[in-house]
Amino acid sequence: MKLPRTGALLLAFVPFIAICFSLWDPFNLFWLIGWIPLTSLCLWGAYRLQDRRAAKGTSE
Amino acid sequence: MKPSLVAPTIIFGIILLGAIIGIYSGRRRTMNLEQWTVAGRGFGVIFVWLLMAGEVYTTFAFLGASGWAYSRGGPTLYIIAYLTLAYVISFFILPEIWEAGRKFALHTESDFFQQRYGSKPLASLVAIVGVIFIIPYLQLQLTGLGIIVEVASLHAISRPLAMLIAFVIVAGFVFSSGIRAVAWVSVLKDSLMLIAAFSIGIGIPYHYFGGIRPMFKALTLTKAAHLTMPGSTSNLGHPWYISTVLLTAFGFYMWPHAFGSTFTAKSGDTLRRNAVIMPLYTITLPLLLFVGFTAILVLPGLKNGDLALLTLVSQSFPPWFLGVVGGAGALTAMVPAAILILSAATLFAKNFFRPVFKPAMKDDDVAKLAKLMVVVITGIALYFAIYSSTTLVGLLLLAYAGIAQFFPGVVCGLYWKRVTTAGVFAGIVAGVGTAMALVFSKHDPFIGLNAGFVALCVNAVVTVAASVLTPAQQDGFNQPGSRAVASAAAIAS
Repeated sequence: MKLPRTGALLLAFVPFIAICFSLWDPFNLFWLIGWIPLTSLCLWGAYRLQDRRAAKGTSE
Repeated sequence: MKPSLVAPTIIFGIILLGAIIGIYSGRRRTMNLEQWTVAGRGFGVIFVWLLMAGEVYTTFAFLGASGWAYSRGGPTLYIIAYLTLAYVISFFILPEIWEAGRKFALHTESDFFQQRYGSKPLASLVAIVGVIFIIPYLQLQLTGLGIIVEVASLHAISRPLAMLIAFVIVAGFVFSSGIRAVAWVSVLKDSLMLIAAFSIGIGIPYHYFGGIRPMFKALTLTKAAHLTMPGSTSNLGHPWYISTVLLTAFGFYMWPHAFGSTFTAKSGDTLRRNAVIMPLYTITLPLLLFVGFTAILVLPGLKNGDLALLTLVSQSFPPWFLGVVGGAGALTAMVPAAILILSAATLFAKNFFRPVFKPAMKDDDVAKLAKLMVVVITGIALYFAIYSSTTLVGLLLLAYAGIAQFFPGVVCGLYWKRVTTAGVFAGIVAGVGTAMALVFSKHDPFIGLNAGFVALCVNAVVTVAASVLTPAQQDGFNQPGSRAVASAAAIAS
Protein backbone atom coordinates (compact mmCIF):
# COMPACT_ATOMS: atom_id res chain seq x y z
CA MET A 1 0.00 0.00 0.00
CA LYS A 2 1.20 3.50 -0.82
CA LEU A 3 1.87 5.87 2.10
CA PRO A 4 -0.48 8.89 2.23
CA ARG A 5 0.66 12.19 0.75
CA THR A 6 2.80 14.22 3.20
CA GLY A 7 0.66 17.36 2.86
CA ALA A 8 -2.48 15.39 3.65
CA LEU A 9 -0.81 13.82 6.68
CA LEU A 10 0.32 17.22 7.97
CA LEU A 11 -3.18 18.65 7.52
CA ALA A 12 -4.64 15.71 9.41
CA PHE A 13 -2.13 16.17 12.22
CA VAL A 14 -3.41 19.69 12.97
CA PRO A 15 -6.61 18.42 14.70
CA PHE A 16 -4.47 15.99 16.73
CA ILE A 17 -2.43 18.86 18.14
CA ALA A 18 -5.51 21.01 18.74
CA ILE A 19 -7.77 18.36 20.21
CA CYS A 20 -5.46 15.93 21.94
CA PHE A 21 -2.33 17.79 22.98
CA SER A 22 -3.41 21.40 23.54
CA LEU A 23 -2.62 23.54 28.22
CA TRP A 24 -5.93 25.44 27.96
CA ASP A 25 -7.12 23.68 31.09
CA PRO A 26 -15.52 26.13 30.29
CA PHE A 27 -13.06 27.12 27.55
CA ASN A 28 -11.93 23.56 26.88
CA LEU A 29 -15.40 22.26 26.11
CA PHE A 30 -16.12 25.04 23.62
CA TRP A 31 -12.61 24.74 22.13
CA LEU A 32 -13.37 21.08 21.39
CA ILE A 33 -16.81 21.93 19.97
CA GLY A 34 -15.16 24.50 17.68
CA TRP A 35 -12.68 21.91 16.48
CA ILE A 36 -15.41 19.55 15.26
CA PRO A 37 -16.16 21.54 12.05
CA LEU A 38 -12.48 22.55 11.77
CA THR A 39 -11.51 18.86 11.70
CA SER A 40 -13.94 18.33 8.83
CA LEU A 41 -12.34 21.29 7.08
CA CYS A 42 -8.83 19.84 7.53
CA LEU A 43 -9.99 16.47 6.19
CA TRP A 44 -11.63 18.18 3.22
CA GLY A 45 -8.26 19.81 2.48
CA ALA A 46 -6.54 16.43 2.78
CA TYR A 47 -9.19 14.94 0.47
CA ARG A 48 -8.48 17.57 -2.17
CA LEU A 49 -4.74 16.90 -1.92
CA GLN A 50 -5.25 13.14 -2.27
CA ASP A 51 -7.64 13.80 -5.16
CA ARG A 52 -5.04 15.92 -6.92
CA ARG A 53 -2.46 13.15 -6.54
CA ALA A 54 -4.90 10.59 -7.95
CA ALA A 55 -5.65 12.86 -10.93
CA LYS A 56 -1.92 13.38 -11.55
CA GLY A 57 -1.36 9.62 -11.38
CA THR A 58 -4.08 9.04 -14.00
CA SER A 59 -2.75 11.69 -16.40
CA GLU A 60 0.75 10.25 -16.19
CA MET B 1 -53.85 5.89 30.44
CA LYS B 2 -51.82 5.71 33.67
CA PRO B 3 -48.74 8.01 33.64
CA SER B 4 -46.46 5.03 34.23
CA LEU B 5 -47.76 3.40 31.02
CA VAL B 6 -47.60 6.38 28.60
CA ALA B 7 -43.81 6.46 28.14
CA PRO B 8 -43.27 2.66 27.95
CA THR B 9 -46.10 2.36 25.39
CA ILE B 10 -44.45 4.97 23.15
CA ILE B 11 -41.02 3.35 23.66
CA PHE B 12 -42.26 -0.10 22.67
CA GLY B 13 -44.15 1.45 19.73
CA ILE B 14 -40.87 2.96 18.47
CA ILE B 15 -39.01 -0.33 19.07
CA LEU B 16 -41.71 -2.20 17.13
CA LEU B 17 -41.52 0.29 14.25
CA GLY B 18 -37.73 -0.24 14.18
CA ALA B 19 -38.22 -4.01 14.11
CA ILE B 20 -40.70 -3.80 11.20
CA ILE B 21 -38.29 -1.59 9.21
CA GLY B 22 -35.42 -3.99 10.00
CA ILE B 23 -37.24 -7.15 9.00
CA TYR B 24 -38.80 -5.57 5.88
CA SER B 25 -35.41 -4.27 4.65
CA GLY B 26 -34.16 -7.78 3.95
CA ARG B 27 -37.17 -8.96 1.94
CA ARG B 28 -36.75 -9.89 -1.74
CA ARG B 29 -33.06 -10.62 -1.17
CA THR B 30 -31.34 -13.95 -0.83
CA MET B 31 -29.53 -13.75 2.51
CA ASN B 32 -26.28 -15.50 1.65
CA LEU B 33 -23.12 -14.76 3.66
CA GLU B 34 -22.06 -11.87 1.36
CA GLN B 35 -25.49 -10.17 1.60
CA TRP B 36 -25.94 -10.83 5.32
CA THR B 37 -22.53 -9.48 6.39
CA VAL B 38 -21.51 -6.80 3.83
CA ALA B 39 -24.76 -6.14 1.87
CA GLY B 40 -23.13 -7.19 -1.39
CA ARG B 41 -20.58 -4.32 -1.04
CA GLY B 42 -23.12 -1.95 -2.57
CA PHE B 43 -23.59 0.90 -0.06
CA GLY B 44 -23.02 4.48 -1.24
CA VAL B 45 -22.06 7.53 0.86
CA ILE B 46 -25.50 7.93 2.49
CA PHE B 47 -25.84 4.32 3.60
CA VAL B 48 -22.23 4.04 4.76
CA TRP B 49 -22.74 7.29 6.67
CA LEU B 50 -25.94 5.96 8.26
CA LEU B 51 -24.27 2.69 9.14
CA MET B 52 -21.19 4.30 10.67
CA ALA B 53 -23.11 7.13 12.34
CA GLY B 54 -25.49 4.52 13.70
CA GLU B 55 -22.55 2.95 15.45
CA VAL B 56 -21.39 6.26 16.98
CA TYR B 57 -24.54 7.08 18.89
CA THR B 58 -24.87 4.15 21.22
CA THR B 59 -26.26 4.24 24.76
CA PHE B 60 -22.69 5.09 25.70
CA ALA B 61 -23.18 8.51 24.09
CA PHE B 62 -26.81 8.82 25.13
CA LEU B 63 -26.60 7.88 28.81
CA GLY B 64 -22.91 7.28 29.54
CA ALA B 65 -21.60 10.66 28.34
CA SER B 66 -24.15 12.65 30.33
CA GLY B 67 -23.60 10.26 33.25
CA TRP B 68 -19.87 10.91 33.27
CA ALA B 69 -20.41 14.68 32.87
CA TYR B 70 -22.54 14.39 36.01
CA SER B 71 -20.26 12.16 38.08
CA ARG B 72 -16.72 12.85 36.73
CA GLY B 73 -16.80 16.28 35.02
CA GLY B 74 -13.70 17.42 33.08
CA PRO B 75 -12.39 13.98 32.01
CA THR B 76 -15.63 13.49 30.03
CA LEU B 77 -14.16 15.78 27.35
CA TYR B 78 -12.22 12.78 26.04
CA ILE B 79 -15.46 11.54 24.44
CA ILE B 80 -15.79 14.55 22.11
CA ALA B 81 -12.06 14.46 21.38
CA TYR B 82 -11.66 10.81 20.45
CA LEU B 83 -14.71 10.59 18.21
CA THR B 84 -13.51 13.56 16.16
CA LEU B 85 -9.97 12.19 15.84
CA ALA B 86 -11.11 8.66 15.00
CA TYR B 87 -12.39 9.97 11.66
CA VAL B 88 -9.01 11.53 10.91
CA ILE B 89 -7.44 8.08 11.24
CA SER B 90 -10.26 6.48 9.25
CA PHE B 91 -9.60 8.89 6.37
CA PHE B 92 -6.21 7.26 5.80
CA ILE B 93 -6.64 3.61 6.70
CA LEU B 94 -10.22 2.67 5.75
CA PRO B 95 -9.83 3.17 1.96
CA GLU B 96 -6.74 0.92 2.06
CA ILE B 97 -8.62 -1.71 4.07
CA TRP B 98 -11.55 -1.47 1.61
CA GLU B 99 -9.17 -1.95 -1.32
CA ALA B 100 -7.82 -5.16 0.23
CA GLY B 101 -11.39 -6.25 1.01
CA ARG B 102 -12.51 -5.81 -2.60
CA LYS B 103 -9.44 -7.50 -4.05
CA PHE B 104 -9.60 -10.57 -1.81
CA ALA B 105 -13.37 -10.74 -1.06
CA LEU B 106 -12.87 -10.16 2.69
CA HIS B 107 -15.86 -10.08 5.07
CA THR B 108 -14.30 -9.62 8.51
CA GLU B 109 -11.31 -8.15 10.34
CA SER B 110 -10.04 -11.67 10.86
CA ASP B 111 -10.12 -12.26 7.08
CA PHE B 112 -7.87 -9.19 6.74
CA PHE B 113 -5.25 -10.69 9.08
CA GLN B 114 -5.56 -14.10 7.40
CA GLN B 115 -4.95 -12.62 3.95
CA ARG B 116 -2.15 -10.23 4.93
CA TYR B 117 -0.19 -12.58 7.18
CA GLY B 118 -1.25 -15.96 5.74
CA SER B 119 -1.72 -17.40 9.23
CA LYS B 120 -4.84 -19.24 10.42
CA PRO B 121 -3.75 -19.21 14.10
CA LEU B 122 -3.33 -15.40 13.95
CA ALA B 123 -6.72 -14.98 12.24
CA SER B 124 -8.35 -17.21 14.88
CA LEU B 125 -6.67 -15.22 17.67
CA VAL B 126 -8.05 -11.97 16.20
CA ALA B 127 -11.51 -13.56 15.93
CA ILE B 128 -11.65 -14.81 19.49
CA VAL B 129 -10.17 -11.60 20.99
CA GLY B 130 -12.71 -9.63 18.93
CA VAL B 131 -15.64 -11.71 20.17
CA ILE B 132 -14.46 -11.53 23.82
CA PHE B 133 -14.20 -7.72 23.81
CA ILE B 134 -17.46 -7.24 21.95
CA ILE B 135 -19.24 -8.81 24.95
CA PRO B 136 -18.69 -5.82 27.34
CA TYR B 137 -19.70 -3.42 24.53
CA LEU B 138 -22.87 -5.42 24.00
CA GLN B 139 -23.39 -5.55 27.76
CA LEU B 140 -23.18 -1.74 27.75
CA GLN B 141 -26.05 -1.53 25.23
CA LEU B 142 -28.18 -3.97 27.24
CA THR B 143 -27.57 -2.14 30.51
CA GLY B 144 -28.41 1.20 28.90
CA LEU B 145 -31.59 -0.18 27.42
CA GLY B 146 -32.62 -1.61 30.77
CA ILE B 147 -32.08 1.78 32.44
CA ILE B 148 -34.17 3.54 29.76
CA VAL B 149 -37.21 1.29 30.05
CA GLU B 150 -36.99 1.07 33.84
CA VAL B 151 -36.87 4.87 34.33
CA ALA B 152 -39.42 5.59 31.58
CA SER B 153 -41.94 3.19 33.11
CA LEU B 154 -41.40 4.85 36.51
CA HIS B 155 -39.94 1.47 37.61
CA ALA B 156 -43.12 -0.43 36.62
CA ILE B 157 -41.11 -2.63 34.21
CA SER B 158 -38.03 -4.33 35.66
CA ARG B 159 -34.65 -3.88 33.99
CA PRO B 160 -34.00 -7.58 33.14
CA LEU B 161 -37.46 -7.97 31.55
CA ALA B 162 -36.94 -4.84 29.42
CA MET B 163 -33.55 -6.13 28.23
CA LEU B 164 -34.98 -9.52 27.39
CA ILE B 165 -37.92 -8.21 25.31
CA ALA B 166 -35.84 -5.72 23.34
CA PHE B 167 -33.08 -8.17 22.57
CA VAL B 168 -35.41 -10.85 21.32
CA ILE B 169 -36.49 -8.20 18.81
CA VAL B 170 -32.88 -7.26 17.94
CA ALA B 171 -31.84 -10.88 17.49
CA GLY B 172 -34.93 -11.29 15.28
CA PHE B 173 -34.06 -8.58 12.80
CA VAL B 174 -30.35 -9.43 12.72
CA PHE B 175 -31.35 -13.03 12.07
CA SER B 176 -33.62 -12.17 9.16
CA SER B 177 -32.02 -9.17 7.41
CA GLY B 178 -28.36 -8.90 8.44
CA ILE B 179 -26.50 -5.62 7.99
CA ARG B 180 -29.08 -4.09 5.63
CA ALA B 181 -31.54 -4.03 8.56
CA VAL B 182 -29.03 -2.13 10.69
CA ALA B 183 -28.57 0.60 8.07
CA TRP B 184 -32.32 1.06 7.55
CA VAL B 185 -33.21 1.14 11.26
CA SER B 186 -30.44 3.74 11.64
CA VAL B 187 -32.60 6.14 9.59
CA LEU B 188 -35.34 6.05 12.25
CA LYS B 189 -32.87 6.01 15.13
CA ASP B 190 -30.77 8.95 13.94
CA SER B 191 -33.83 11.10 13.17
CA LEU B 192 -35.23 10.53 16.67
CA MET B 193 -31.80 10.93 18.24
CA LEU B 194 -31.20 14.35 16.66
CA ILE B 195 -34.66 15.57 17.77
CA ALA B 196 -34.06 14.28 21.31
CA ALA B 197 -30.51 15.67 21.60
CA PHE B 198 -31.48 19.18 20.46
CA SER B 199 -34.68 19.25 22.53
CA ILE B 200 -33.14 18.20 25.80
CA GLY B 201 -29.62 19.61 25.29
CA ILE B 202 -30.96 23.12 24.75
CA GLY B 203 -34.34 22.79 26.50
CA ILE B 204 -33.19 21.55 29.89
CA PRO B 205 -30.57 24.27 30.62
CA TYR B 206 -33.14 26.88 29.46
CA HIS B 207 -35.88 25.34 31.59
CA TYR B 208 -33.85 25.52 34.81
CA PHE B 209 -31.40 28.40 34.27
CA GLY B 210 -32.61 30.41 31.30
CA GLY B 211 -29.80 29.25 29.00
CA ILE B 212 -26.55 27.34 28.62
CA ARG B 213 -24.30 30.19 29.76
CA PRO B 214 -26.29 30.92 32.95
CA MET B 215 -26.18 27.19 33.71
CA PHE B 216 -22.38 27.15 33.45
CA LYS B 217 -22.17 30.36 35.51
CA ALA B 218 -24.21 28.73 38.27
CA LEU B 219 -22.02 25.64 38.07
CA THR B 220 -18.76 27.61 38.29
CA LEU B 221 -20.05 29.32 41.43
CA THR B 222 -20.64 26.01 43.18
CA LYS B 223 -18.31 23.44 41.51
CA ALA B 224 -15.80 25.23 39.25
CA ALA B 225 -13.19 22.46 39.58
CA HIS B 226 -15.68 19.94 38.17
CA LEU B 227 -15.31 21.46 34.69
CA THR B 228 -11.54 21.02 34.34
CA MET B 229 -9.42 17.89 34.71
CA PRO B 230 -9.32 15.81 36.89
CA GLY B 231 -12.88 17.01 37.65
CA SER B 232 -14.48 15.06 40.48
CA THR B 233 -11.89 12.29 40.22
CA SER B 234 -8.46 12.05 41.81
CA ASN B 235 -6.55 10.29 39.04
CA LEU B 236 -8.05 11.17 35.63
CA GLY B 237 -5.76 14.10 34.85
CA HIS B 238 -4.13 15.40 31.68
CA PRO B 239 -1.89 12.36 31.00
CA TRP B 240 -4.99 10.16 31.31
CA TYR B 241 -6.89 12.43 28.89
CA ILE B 242 -4.17 12.34 26.20
CA SER B 243 -3.55 8.60 26.52
CA THR B 244 -7.27 7.77 26.51
CA VAL B 245 -7.97 9.96 23.48
CA LEU B 246 -5.13 8.26 21.57
CA LEU B 247 -6.13 4.74 22.65
CA THR B 248 -9.80 5.16 21.74
CA ALA B 249 -9.16 7.08 18.50
CA PHE B 250 -6.74 4.35 17.35
CA GLY B 251 -9.13 1.65 18.50
CA PHE B 252 -12.35 3.09 17.07
CA TYR B 253 -12.14 1.35 13.69
CA MET B 254 -10.52 -1.76 15.16
CA TRP B 255 -13.91 -2.90 16.41
CA PRO B 256 -14.84 -5.91 14.30
CA HIS B 257 -18.21 -4.31 13.44
CA ALA B 258 -16.67 -0.96 12.42
CA PHE B 259 -13.93 -2.72 10.46
CA GLY B 260 -16.53 -4.95 8.79
CA SER B 261 -18.79 -2.04 7.82
CA THR B 262 -15.85 -0.71 5.76
CA PHE B 263 -16.43 -3.60 3.34
CA THR B 264 -20.02 -2.53 2.65
CA ALA B 265 -18.87 0.63 0.82
CA LYS B 266 -18.96 0.96 -2.97
CA SER B 267 -15.46 2.44 -3.15
CA GLY B 268 -12.53 3.76 -1.14
CA ASP B 269 -13.53 7.27 -2.17
CA THR B 270 -16.93 6.75 -0.48
CA LEU B 271 -15.07 6.12 2.77
CA ARG B 272 -12.83 9.19 2.34
CA ARG B 273 -15.81 11.48 1.72
CA ASN B 274 -17.58 9.83 4.63
CA ALA B 275 -14.62 10.62 6.93
CA VAL B 276 -14.82 14.31 5.92
CA ILE B 277 -18.47 14.67 6.97
CA MET B 278 -18.56 12.26 9.93
CA PRO B 279 -17.06 14.65 12.54
CA LEU B 280 -20.04 16.97 11.98
CA TYR B 281 -22.33 14.28 13.34
CA THR B 282 -20.66 14.51 16.75
CA ILE B 283 -21.71 18.16 17.05
CA THR B 284 -24.81 17.09 19.00
CA LEU B 285 -22.78 15.15 21.55
CA PRO B 286 -21.91 18.23 23.69
CA LEU B 287 -25.66 18.85 24.05
CA LEU B 288 -25.90 15.61 26.02
CA LEU B 289 -23.00 16.77 28.22
CA PHE B 290 -24.95 19.99 28.94
CA VAL B 291 -27.75 17.83 30.35
CA GLY B 292 -25.28 16.02 32.63
CA PHE B 293 -23.83 19.34 33.84
CA THR B 294 -27.34 20.73 34.49
CA ALA B 295 -28.21 17.62 36.48
CA ILE B 296 -25.36 18.34 38.93
CA LEU B 297 -27.24 21.42 40.12
CA VAL B 298 -30.80 20.12 39.75
CA LEU B 299 -30.38 16.52 40.93
CA PRO B 300 -27.49 16.46 43.41
CA GLY B 301 -26.65 13.15 45.05
CA LEU B 302 -27.69 10.61 42.39
CA LYS B 303 -25.93 7.33 43.19
CA ASN B 304 -25.74 6.24 39.54
CA GLY B 305 -24.68 9.03 37.15
CA ASP B 306 -25.93 7.01 34.18
CA LEU B 307 -29.48 7.77 35.38
CA ALA B 308 -28.94 11.56 35.27
CA LEU B 309 -30.25 12.29 31.76
CA LEU B 310 -33.44 10.24 31.94
CA THR B 311 -34.27 11.23 35.51
CA LEU B 312 -33.95 14.88 34.54
CA VAL B 313 -36.07 14.40 31.41
CA SER B 314 -38.77 12.60 33.42
CA GLN B 315 -38.85 15.54 35.86
CA SER B 316 -38.84 18.25 33.20
CA PHE B 317 -41.10 16.99 30.39
CA PRO B 318 -44.52 15.32 30.04
CA PRO B 319 -44.64 11.48 29.89
CA TRP B 320 -45.20 11.36 26.11
CA PHE B 321 -41.93 13.26 25.51
CA LEU B 322 -40.12 10.95 27.92
CA GLY B 323 -41.46 8.15 25.70
CA VAL B 324 -39.99 9.76 22.56
CA VAL B 325 -36.60 10.32 24.25
CA GLY B 326 -36.72 6.81 25.70
CA GLY B 327 -37.61 5.39 22.27
CA ALA B 328 -34.66 7.21 20.71
CA GLY B 329 -32.47 5.90 23.53
CA ALA B 330 -33.76 2.36 23.09
CA LEU B 331 -32.86 2.45 19.40
CA THR B 332 -29.39 3.81 20.28
CA ALA B 333 -28.97 0.57 22.20
CA MET B 334 -30.58 -1.74 19.68
CA VAL B 335 -28.95 -0.59 16.43
CA PRO B 336 -25.35 -0.83 17.65
CA ALA B 337 -26.22 -4.04 19.51
CA ALA B 338 -27.53 -5.53 16.28
CA ILE B 339 -24.31 -4.85 14.41
CA LEU B 340 -22.19 -6.00 17.36
CA ILE B 341 -24.07 -9.29 17.49
CA LEU B 342 -23.83 -9.69 13.71
CA SER B 343 -20.05 -9.11 13.72
CA ALA B 344 -19.35 -11.31 16.72
CA ALA B 345 -21.47 -14.16 15.36
CA THR B 346 -19.82 -13.99 11.91
CA LEU B 347 -16.33 -13.80 13.43
CA PHE B 348 -16.95 -16.80 15.65
CA ALA B 349 -18.47 -18.99 12.92
CA LYS B 350 -16.32 -17.98 9.93
CA ASN B 351 -12.96 -17.16 11.48
CA PHE B 352 -12.81 -19.25 14.63
CA PHE B 353 -15.07 -22.32 14.44
CA ARG B 354 -14.55 -23.19 10.75
CA PRO B 355 -10.73 -22.94 10.60
CA VAL B 356 -10.18 -24.54 14.01
CA PHE B 357 -12.85 -27.27 14.14
CA LYS B 358 -14.37 -27.87 10.69
CA PRO B 359 -12.29 -26.59 7.73
CA ALA B 360 -14.58 -28.29 5.16
CA MET B 361 -17.61 -26.27 6.28
CA LYS B 362 -19.54 -24.59 3.43
CA ASP B 363 -20.54 -20.91 3.42
CA ASP B 364 -24.23 -21.77 3.90
CA ASP B 365 -23.40 -23.80 7.01
CA VAL B 366 -21.24 -20.94 8.32
CA ALA B 367 -24.22 -18.58 7.88
CA LYS B 368 -26.45 -21.04 9.80
CA LEU B 369 -23.93 -21.34 12.65
CA ALA B 370 -23.53 -17.53 12.73
CA LYS B 371 -27.30 -17.17 13.15
CA LEU B 372 -27.23 -19.68 16.03
CA MET B 373 -24.37 -17.71 17.62
CA VAL B 374 -26.57 -14.58 17.53
CA VAL B 375 -28.66 -16.20 20.28
CA VAL B 376 -25.65 -17.51 22.27
CA ILE B 377 -23.70 -14.22 22.26
CA THR B 378 -26.81 -12.19 23.16
CA GLY B 379 -27.46 -14.60 26.04
CA ILE B 380 -23.92 -14.20 27.44
CA ALA B 381 -24.10 -10.39 27.27
CA LEU B 382 -27.55 -10.46 28.87
CA TYR B 383 -26.18 -12.52 31.76
CA PHE B 384 -23.37 -10.00 32.41
CA ALA B 385 -25.75 -7.05 32.02
CA ILE B 386 -28.05 -8.43 34.71
CA TYR B 387 -25.33 -9.38 37.20
CA SER B 388 -22.69 -6.62 36.76
CA SER B 389 -22.68 -3.03 38.02
CA THR B 390 -19.87 -1.31 36.07
CA THR B 391 -20.66 2.18 34.69
CA LEU B 392 -21.39 2.48 30.96
CA VAL B 393 -18.18 4.42 30.25
CA GLY B 394 -16.19 1.99 32.41
CA LEU B 395 -17.43 -0.91 30.29
CA LEU B 396 -16.44 0.79 27.06
CA LEU B 397 -12.95 1.69 28.32
CA LEU B 398 -12.38 -1.93 29.35
CA ALA B 399 -13.44 -3.09 25.88
CA TYR B 400 -11.22 -0.49 24.17
CA ALA B 401 -8.19 -1.61 26.18
CA GLY B 402 -8.50 -4.98 24.45
CA ILE B 403 -9.77 -4.13 20.99
CA ALA B 404 -7.22 -1.36 20.27
CA GLN B 405 -4.48 -4.00 20.38
CA PHE B 406 -5.27 -4.84 16.74
CA PHE B 407 -4.09 -1.38 15.63
CA PRO B 408 -0.34 -2.11 15.23
CA GLY B 409 -1.12 -5.29 13.26
CA VAL B 410 -3.47 -3.44 10.90
CA VAL B 411 -1.28 -0.37 10.32
CA CYS B 412 1.95 -2.37 9.95
CA GLY B 413 0.09 -4.76 7.65
CA LEU B 414 -0.88 -1.87 5.38
CA TYR B 415 2.32 0.18 5.35
CA TRP B 416 5.30 -1.90 6.58
CA LYS B 417 6.51 -4.76 4.39
CA ARG B 418 8.93 -6.09 7.04
CA VAL B 419 6.24 -6.93 9.61
CA THR B 420 5.89 -10.66 10.30
CA THR B 421 3.17 -12.98 11.58
CA ALA B 422 5.23 -13.79 14.68
CA GLY B 423 5.64 -10.08 15.42
CA VAL B 424 1.92 -9.31 15.19
CA PHE B 425 0.92 -12.45 17.12
CA ALA B 426 3.38 -11.67 19.93
CA GLY B 427 2.29 -8.01 19.94
CA ILE B 428 -1.42 -8.81 20.33
CA VAL B 429 -0.76 -11.38 23.07
CA ALA B 430 1.56 -8.96 24.93
CA GLY B 431 -0.88 -6.05 24.51
CA VAL B 432 -4.02 -7.88 25.59
CA GLY B 433 -2.13 -9.57 28.45
CA THR B 434 -0.73 -6.26 29.73
CA ALA B 435 -4.09 -4.49 29.44
CA MET B 436 -6.00 -7.17 31.32
CA ALA B 437 -3.28 -7.53 33.98
CA LEU B 438 -3.36 -3.78 34.68
CA VAL B 439 -7.16 -3.46 34.59
CA PHE B 440 -7.95 -6.49 36.74
CA SER B 441 -5.20 -5.70 39.28
CA LYS B 442 -6.81 -2.24 39.67
CA HIS B 443 -3.82 -0.42 38.13
CA ASP B 444 -5.88 1.64 35.70
CA PRO B 445 -4.76 4.42 35.29
CA PHE B 446 -1.14 3.25 35.48
CA ILE B 447 1.38 6.04 36.33
CA GLY B 448 -1.36 8.45 35.29
CA LEU B 449 -1.86 6.86 31.85
CA ASN B 450 -4.78 4.80 30.56
CA ALA B 451 -3.85 1.12 31.08
CA GLY B 452 -4.99 0.25 27.55
CA PHE B 453 -2.61 2.86 26.12
CA VAL B 454 0.31 1.47 28.15
CA ALA B 455 -0.57 -1.96 26.75
CA LEU B 456 -0.76 -0.54 23.21
CA CYS B 457 2.79 0.86 23.59
CA VAL B 458 4.02 -2.56 24.82
CA ASN B 459 2.23 -4.16 21.86
CA ALA B 460 3.84 -1.79 19.32
CA VAL B 461 7.35 -2.35 20.73
CA VAL B 462 6.91 -6.14 20.78
CA THR B 463 5.45 -6.17 17.24
CA VAL B 464 8.38 -4.21 15.80
CA ALA B 465 11.08 -6.05 17.79
CA ALA B 466 9.72 -9.53 17.07
CA SER B 467 9.27 -8.68 13.38
CA VAL B 468 12.86 -7.50 13.06
CA LEU B 469 14.12 -10.63 14.84
CA THR B 470 12.15 -13.09 12.69
CA PRO B 471 12.69 -13.87 8.97
CA ALA B 472 10.94 -11.61 6.45
CA GLN B 473 7.86 -13.07 4.77
CA GLN B 474 5.69 -12.43 1.73
CA ASP B 475 3.08 -9.65 1.89
CA GLY B 476 -0.29 -11.36 1.39
CA PHE B 477 -1.70 -8.23 -0.25
CA ASN B 478 0.81 -8.49 -3.10
CA GLN B 479 -0.72 -11.71 -4.43
CA PRO B 480 -3.32 -11.72 -7.22
CA GLY B 481 -6.78 -11.11 -5.71
CA SER B 482 -9.41 -13.82 -5.51
CA ARG B 483 -11.64 -11.82 -7.86
CA ALA B 484 -8.81 -11.55 -10.39
CA VAL B 485 -8.17 -15.29 -10.09
CA ALA B 486 -11.88 -16.04 -10.52
CA SER B 487 -12.20 -13.85 -13.63
CA ALA B 488 -8.99 -15.32 -15.13
CA ALA B 489 -10.38 -18.83 -14.58
CA ALA B 490 -13.66 -17.81 -16.24
CA ILE B 491 -11.80 -16.44 -19.28
CA ALA B 492 -9.65 -19.59 -19.51
CA SER B 493 -12.71 -21.85 -19.44
